[in-house]
Amino acid sequence: MVSSTTGFSSYFHFSQVDWPSMWSATGETIWMTIFSLVVVAILGILLGLLLFETAGSSNFWARLVHGLTALFVNVFRSVPFIILIVLLLPLTKGLVGTIIGPKAALPSLIISAAPFYARMVELAFHEIDHGVIEAAEAMGATRWQIVYKVLLPESSPALVSGITVTGISLIGFTAMAGVIGAGGLGNLAYLDGFQASNNTVTLVATIIILLVVFVCQTAGDIVVGRLDKRVSN
Amino acid sequence: MIEIKNVSKLYRGKQKTITAVKDVSLTIKDGEIYGIVGYSGAGKSTLVRMLNGLETPTSGVVTINDTVMSELKGKPLREARQKMGMIFQYFNLLWSRTVLENITFPLELIGMNKAEREAKATKLIATVGLQGRENAYPSELSGGQQQRVAIARALANDPQILLSDEATSGLDPKTTDEVLDLLLKIKRELKITIVVITHEMHVIRKICDRMAVMDAGAVVEDGDVFDVFRNPKMEITRQFVSEEETPQLTDTTVVINELLAQVPTGKIVKLTFHGDQAKLPIISEMLRQFPNVDLNIVDGSIHQTQAGSIGTLYLQLLGDDDEVAGATDYLHKMRVGTEVIRGE
Repeated sequence: MVSSTTGFSSYFHFSQVDWPSMWSATGETIWMTIFSLVVVAILGILLGLLLFETAGSSNFWARLVHGLTALFVNVFRSVPFIILIVLLLPLTKGLVGTIIGPKAALPSLIISAAPFYARMVELAFHEIDHGVIEAAEAMGATRWQIVYKVLLPESSPALVSGITVTGISLIGFTAMAGVIGAGGLGNLAYLDGFQASNNTVTLVATIIILLVVFVCQTAGDIVVGRLDKRVSN
Repeated sequence: MIEIKNVSKLYRGKQKTITAVKDVSLTIKDGEIYGIVGYSGAGKSTLVRMLNGLETPTSGVVTINDTVMSELKGKPLREARQKMGMIFQYFNLLWSRTVLENITFPLELIGMNKAEREAKATKLIATVGLQGRENAYPSELSGGQQQRVAIARALANDPQILLSDEATSGLDPKTTDEVLDLLLKIKRELKITIVVITHEMHVIRKICDRMAVMDAGAVVEDGDVFDVFRNPKMEITRQFVSEEETPQLTDTTVVINELLAQVPTGKIVKLTFHGDQAKLPIISEMLRQFPNVDLNIVDGSIHQTQAGSIGTLYLQLLGDDDEVAGATDYLHKMRVGTEVIRGE
């Protein structure tokens, strides 16, 4: 134990790793990521849609909605995550009843990632050829039919690659949230790794996080490849 | 019947107001193919978009079969659009859908059930000649095939009117002709009205019954295609007509190179006949004077213009050098435009 805090060999004292708590921390990280990602995907698409549909309108109310949405998105995308968590503590307490544990991380994870994804969604919609939307209008499609039959399917590869990028940054955010008590691998690395000076725990937590990120990225790439029919094989 | 009455469209910008369409009045009869020709920016795309309400006129009225299109909004407008088809320069297919799914798209919009819409789409695929490609994605098709899918999609709702916005401008000449033949077939078999927007006179001449020429937002000339071609009144119309008569230099070069490759021997001359010359037996007279020259007609065409007919003839001349030279001189003397494409 004495020699374990310093030196390169301190990374390899695997007997000192508490594996059950490592796995449960992994589970917490994955749970926080997936739960917030689902909410972020829904909120992000809604916000992105709102930004896209109200852009460039001459209608006063559309411009007002666009301005407010853009302001909300820009503000929450700009606040550093670690400050956002602290800033949202009262809201978190009100929403989930606690400021400790994986659940407590959710509001700040969602509020910081949803605007980030909303911008990507807006961009993905803008990349759709305007002529395709015009063609649907010429066929008598309603606004809503254009959204779910044209905008969403035609931008699906960009939406999925956007959610992959968002998911990966969410994994990073959960680790940061862990430092202030949200649980998960970040929490474990901070408490057992840093404060108890157990470098092996930090290393193992890092490797697990990397694996989760790789799995996310690969899964995202595969789905994008399946969805994208623009390039013939 | 489509009636466009004193229609104007202004775009108010911050600095200045742009007049896209200026006081246009046209009547398009049921079952005809009506062509609107003009250079880009002439306002023809804006005009055609007023027919299905994608644009609304600033002033004036657009009436289709007693429905005032320019006043429709919301649900009635969408229902009116469902009775019209539209095709575009860049096809505007959904890349995420197969051929079959693209064609069923407008039928999904009106809530037709799956079996019915697929049966209908399959029939349309046969109409446009794409059997066997039902499950292909647009990215796997050529431009001409994609336009065929777009045409099938435009016809899915049994429209009374088909709008074509530069539908052949992105296609090569051969594919253009195939698509135009398809439009003619559709007009004959389905008896629908087709409004064609184009900058190519070739398109007008090949398929249109009547036409209008647009310049700077206004219709400067209109009438039967035959009359306009024979007797164009405005300068811009003459330009369009003459563009069609004398293909661009690049086209000519391509044609000649092809010709030279096909006919590797002999001297090749290009003759151009104007008006009354075409009625004289110049070639047979030439052969009588130079009986040892062998003659082979390689290619030829006649165009009707306001000045009468212009004929072009490509000849391959074989034989003794002196004789061939004499024959060429004879043609010069007869004031036939003679151009030696390849000496021997």
